[in-house]
Amino acid sequence: MYLKNSGEDAIKASHRLLAAKRRGDLQVPELSVDQIEQQMSLAVDRVMVEGGLYDRTLAALAIKQSQGDVVEAASLMRATRATLERFGASEPVDPGRMTVQRRISTTHKDIPGGQILGPTYDYTHRLLDFDTAVPEGLEDVADELAPLSEASSDLSLDVHALTGSDFVEVERDERDFSGDADHTDAKSRRSSDRGERLRRLASGDEGFLLGVAYSSMRGYGNTKGLVGEIRYGDVMVEFTVPELGIVVGVGDIELTECQTLHPFFGSRDKAPEFSRGYGLTFGQAERKAISMAVVDRALRGEEFEEEVKYPVQDEAFVLPHADSVSSSGVVQVLKLAHYVHFQGHLQELEALRARHKQNLAPGEEMKE
Amino acid sequence: MTIDPIPPFVEDVGTNFAYLDPQTKRSIRRAILKAVAIPGYQVPFDSREMPMPPGWGTGGLQVTASLLTPDDTLKVIDQGTDDATNAITIRAFFSKVSGVPMTERTESATIIQTRHRIPETPLNENQILVLQVPQPEPFRRLIPSEKETRKIHALGNYGLMSVMLYENIARLGRVAIAYDYPVRVHDRYLASPSPIPTFDNPKLDNSPALAIFGAGREKRIYAIPPFTKVRSLEFDDYTFTTQSWEARCSLCGSSHTYLEQIGQGDKGSTRYVCSDTYYCKSHAHADEQR
Repeated sequence: MYLKNSGEDAIKASHRLLAAKRRGDLQVPELSVDQIEQQMSLAVDRVMVEGGLYDRTLAALAIKQSQGDVVEAASLMRATRATLERFGASEPVDPGRMTVQRRISTTHKDIPGGQILGPTYDYTHRLLDFDTAVPEGLEDVADELAPLSEASSDLSLDVHALTGSDFVEVERDERDFSGDADHTDAKSRRSSDRGERLRRLASGDEGFLLGVAYSSMRGYGNTKGLVGEIRYGDVMVEFTVPELGIVVGVGDIELTECQTLHPFFGSRDKAPEFSRGYGLTFGQAERKAISMAVVDRALRGEEFEEEVKYPVQDEAFVLPHADSVSSSGVVQVLKLAHYVHFQGHLQELEALRARHKQNLAPGEEMKE
Repeated sequence: MTIDPIPPFVEDVGTNFAYLDPQTKRSIRRAILKAVAIPGYQVPFDSREMPMPPGWGTGGLQVTASLLTPDDTLKVIDQGTDDATNAITIRAFFSKVSGVPMTERTESATIIQTRHRIPETPLNENQILVLQVPQPEPFRRLIPSEKETRKIHALGNYGLMSVMLYENIARLGRVAIAYDYPVRVHDRYLASPSPIPTFDNPKLDNSPALAIFGAGREKRIYAIPPFTKVRSLEFDDYTFTTQSWEARCSLCGSSHTYLEQIGQGDKGSTRYVCSDTYYCKSHAHADEQR
């Protein structure tokens, strides 16, 4: 009569079915983690940045394990990250010293170092290319990436020099932003510091940020932004070893940085100028970086004495809901048992229906 | 009250004992101590991402992980039952990463992690009840801003909740809250009892067991220490009531437990069974022996 221990066996069976589904048709060769890492690099990038852990191999493994579900893969990365010892914080990375692979400005035709298109889908026709399905023929292109990046290193964009004026908001030193708290730290629950906000946006869900950025551009917000510059390439991570007191480079990571410029028409205390939005992500994730910059600017309403009218301007709305791992967990919790709740609701509704049937006013007692 | 030392890394499991590293456990234990010292107050803590989805009990998971020692016996229930999928998953997790014995017997457990129920078997002073909490802030649906609600708690300015209850009575003729009914802890902090049914609220009052509430996503821990006064909000002329049934459990015959409807498949009469499956089983056996 009791549903005795059937649950445990059923869960084991579910795991076996999942493994079979993940593998698919045994006639088709199995994907290797290397292949995913190399050939699905944009998915790897997204999993790293939303998972908050820069490790291409682990991200590729997470993608394989989750059948390509990047939100699930990001949650695997987050759980892995939780087990790692946090032995210190790096120096702030300096994307100005990036070895760039791609770098464009949309506000100036000529920028020092030039516009570098690099690898991007921006100038392709979105036509299915059936040649891509043929597994050969690209060997000659493979080594083109390396020399390009070497030749174009060290391009720091100075927007002030470009405009030849102080029209652009002066950038604060990133060290002004207090601490190195990330989204798992207690205090991030009530953040308002811009640095911390940026850290949470960086690990936010690309789809959500894209949607709210779009909402602000379509009229549910008032930020008219231009891309001052977007760049993608390698940046050195440096760490100050406490015992030695010296800064050592611990390796390169790929980053995408986006700086947006938004006309601000002035307030009593602030002169009219271009205000800024800032986006930074792991890997190549331009859609995410631009969305992040637009949302960052929208969230700075208080600094510019703007009325907070739209969801995109409201930090308490944007930040918690941008987290794909939390959002996914909570929405999908609806799949867990809710027998107790259903019963509770049922009882409430029964009582209210009885009152409704007798057409009672709120203060009236039930008739027998 | 004694505090057990944090168990070390376990080689044969390949992770830290109970998954979390000692540094994280220490920070969670500090939050728990503070929570016990200030009954009902929501203590912020560094909430790690556990290998389960947020919202599925990661707060409770972290509390249990930081409390667990090799001498503990763990019971995990979800909606009253040991055999629900989420309870099984959590039990399997702790079994793997800690190796502590698991039990269904409420009396034998030293730690009971639960989602949305308090066991029917009375708890004792050697037990800790760990409750999974989706939303620790009782005012959240009324006031979205954390800044505002922190102020309300600091000032103990809880009139708004009474207004909400009053509006329920004025509009609907009754307080239509089936679960997560707000409680006043030790005459001070207003707290969410977690989404337990109103039926379970009285069990928190003056309970010999320590109750710790973990909200992972919201990064909050709060506690109700043993033998603490816990009052469900009510008015002088409108008292707090809990769920009750005219029916009895169709398995054990109990008339004093939280019941759930079970589907009949055809249009027969509605039948009910105990939500607490362990209690139901032990109760039924007791009847047989009699």
